[in-house]
Amino acid sequence: MTRLTSISALEALRKEIISRRDPARLKVSVCSGTGCRAYDCDKVIDRLKSGISHHGLSEKVEVVTTGCHGFCELGPVMAIYPEGTSYFKIKPEDVEDIINDTLSQGKLVERLLYVDPEGQVQAKERDIPFYKYQNRVVFGNNHYIDPEHIEDYLALDGYCALAACLGGMTPEEVLETVKKANLRGRGGGGFPAGRKWETTRNAPGDVKYVIVNADEGDPGAYMDRSILEGNPHSVLEGMLIGAYAIGAHKGFIYIRQEYPLAVENLNRAIGQMRALGLLGENILGSGFDFEIAVHRGAGAFVSGESSALMSSIEGKVGEPRPKYIRTSISGVHGCPSDLNNVETWANVPIIFNKGVDWFTSIGTEGSKGTKIFSLVGKVNNTGLVEVPMGMTLHDIIFKIGGGIRDGKKFKAVQTGGPSGGVIPEDMLDLPVDFDALTLVGSMMGSGGMIVMDEDTCMVDVARYFLEFLADESCGKCVPCREGITQMLHILKMLCAGKGKPEDIDVLQEVAAMVKECSLCALGQSAPNPVLSSLKYFRAEYEAHVNDKCCPAHVCKELISYHIDPAKCKGCGKCLRNCPVNAISGSKKEPHVIDLDKCTKCDTCFMVCPPKFSAVTKLSGSETLPAV
Amino acid sequence: MSQVNVTINGEHIKAVEGMTILEAAREAGIFIPTLCHHGHLDAYGSCRLCVVEIGEGERKRVVASCLYHISEGLVVETETDKINNYRRIILNLLMHRWDNIPVILLEKYGAKNHSRFVDNMTYCILCGLCVRYCRDVKGANVLGFVGRGTIRQVVIFPNQAAKYCPTCCPKEMECLHYCPTGVISSQYYGSRPADGQKLPHAHPVCINDDVNILEILERVGHV
Repeated sequence: MTRLTSISALEALRKEIISRRDPARLKVSVCSGTGCRAYDCDKVIDRLKSGISHHGLSEKVEVVTTGCHGFCELGPVMAIYPEGTSYFKIKPEDVEDIINDTLSQGKLVERLLYVDPEGQVQAKERDIPFYKYQNRVVFGNNHYIDPEHIEDYLALDGYCALAACLGGMTPEEVLETVKKANLRGRGGGGFPAGRKWETTRNAPGDVKYVIVNADEGDPGAYMDRSILEGNPHSVLEGMLIGAYAIGAHKGFIYIRQEYPLAVENLNRAIGQMRALGLLGENILGSGFDFEIAVHRGAGAFVSGESSALMSSIEGKVGEPRPKYIRTSISGVHGCPSDLNNVETWANVPIIFNKGVDWFTSIGTEGSKGTKIFSLVGKVNNTGLVEVPMGMTLHDIIFKIGGGIRDGKKFKAVQTGGPSGGVIPEDMLDLPVDFDALTLVGSMMGSGGMIVMDEDTCMVDVARYFLEFLADESCGKCVPCREGITQMLHILKMLCAGKGKPEDIDVLQEVAAMVKECSLCALGQSAPNPVLSSLKYFRAEYEAHVNDKCCPAHVCKELISYHIDPAKCKGCGKCLRNCPVNAISGSKKEPHVIDLDKCTKCDTCFMVCPPKFSAVTKLSGSETLPAV
Repeated sequence: MSQVNVTINGEHIKAVEGMTILEAAREAGIFIPTLCHHGHLDAYGSCRLCVVEIGEGERKRVVASCLYHISEGLVVETETDKINNYRRIILNLLMHRWDNIPVILLEKYGAKNHSRFVDNMTYCILCGLCVRYCRDVKGANVLGFVGRGTIRQVVIFPNQAAKYCPTCCPKEMECLHYCPTGVISSQYYGSRPADGQKLPHAHPVCINDDVNILEILERVGHV
């Protein structure tokens, strides 16, 4: 690669890359994101590559190893373009059929196609409900880009936006464009990125920094990871545009050490940029200089908080500091520092490529554009989904997510990770929008969306999130450290059936104090899981306290296992599987569980054949149905 | 430094720009309780006992007065029902680490021992005064924090202790006087370690511990 010294040289390179590509050539895009790698997609890719050359199809077919496609539930995932034929759950031994049938003769391999809940086979990506209802503005290019090749990104208008900014716009104009697009921070807070840029730009000081926050730590969330793994250049381009607008010449990318593939792809991408002259001095002959340093985090959730992140970059302990003076005025080494989330940066080039009007046509009044969520939990289609702001939770969970697993009933959805809140069923028509979610006591967060079914105990959920936060709080300020400790203690008591009537009030009282008095956003949002579950599922808390009953049959101390004599056919399956020999009974006679021996391991419940369902969990004053 | 006008508890006060609310209030003789604040050290904002309400109407919010800098026209209230209630809860929480909180504070805010809280009686409230004094004033870094979240604790690093403590004040460590709970001084007169006990990398400073600073110094041959 030769260093590009002007914008026209970049355009010439782009033309050359596109001219080298044969549009008639089949493009087999195989996901090689972390999810599909766990499903052994590497073997699929190896077989595919060797099979194609063995069959002499190399001229006709190209294999692209891409980042995450999003439909992680059914990995490894493959899509064959231009048709968009999609195959799921591919095993290495399926590859031979794909080559023989689809790639050689254009026939479908039926068994690998998607079957929708109505039983319809959907061969094309665009017809599959999971993809159909999404609007993949940021994430869509993941299907076409091999993150190892900058050429793939360039072919898809990569660095066009940067060229437009450096070539024909003043920093002020760039800033105005982002402000007009009303791009709000995708990391959770939803603060307008343009305004943040402006504050940093106008803050006194010659040295300014731009920072990418890639310290994604919410349990179950992996949007940022997948963008960085699959399309690192989109983030880097956004960052360069931001730096140009702000007047920064140095940028940091703060990325979790736990994301090895993302770190690898990012570092490679930065190397490619440097080789092409998209980084360093006098970028594209514009006179603009910029350098990037990748800083790897050491595994602290709190380091995703802006001031803690900046302390960590300085080499200090990742501990928040008071932010009465904003980090956009005094951040890293006391210099004005603009921090935006990965997804926010990835949105920037799109705004310039497609225009402000186009961008603001998507979304709601206050929240423009799209948002990527990681849809996880008890939902049929687990994966990453990108939807326009304003789509209802119901549509995300039921249309895209395919509803609740095993035909169970929906109970609640947790948005915003441990700092967010639970949203009950009667609020499913709520549009996902920064302000709407905050209004009901949850938050957009970075985009975690955990779906819970009827078998989830809300007290237990609150306990789980507080346990996470008790570990992840930095421990500096009293409200967060001591408040979480004691709230967690009380929740554990409730789950163990040792709750007292005053506990709910104590929880509420402590939660209110922690919310207002904590030093940083982690502490201020830590009580959200408790407060929101108390708000919408108070009856469940009261059942734990007053009736010593866990209505969802989750809290082990509050449930007991029984065999319904009316249903038990004496098959002996539970008896054989019980690890502590607590079950007795003769063949073809109803069995009985000795409650003194029972350790509540759930084995009998799981092994009892569904046609009998004789093992029942009882809690509180519940009794077996009378015979 | 120019003068600014602020209102604290309805009283109009002239103060120097750049002061914190706490400094301005104390100068005007208005009491705000603190545990982690010390005039010799930079404000830290960990105990949150000094929270006050600023602003008016809908824009009212709670801030830590030891960190928030005053500006012209700022309206502050230091003893609203909400604030006093928060202070009570904070003291309630701290009582389970340190049962010797000055009675005057407990009585003022009506804090009582809370039967629903779990005890963690380390006598260290992690105010960081000793750590900050040792690090920022003496530049010695003998004391430090380790651990995160609920298991955070103050520890002493013996290698650093051997190097710096004898020059600081061999008979009585200066850091002791900064400790609001007295846990470091109680350590100082603690019991002897068992024979042959190895020198640890870092040792927690808390009441349950049986090795003290002096003993560590003895073992590294400085006392």
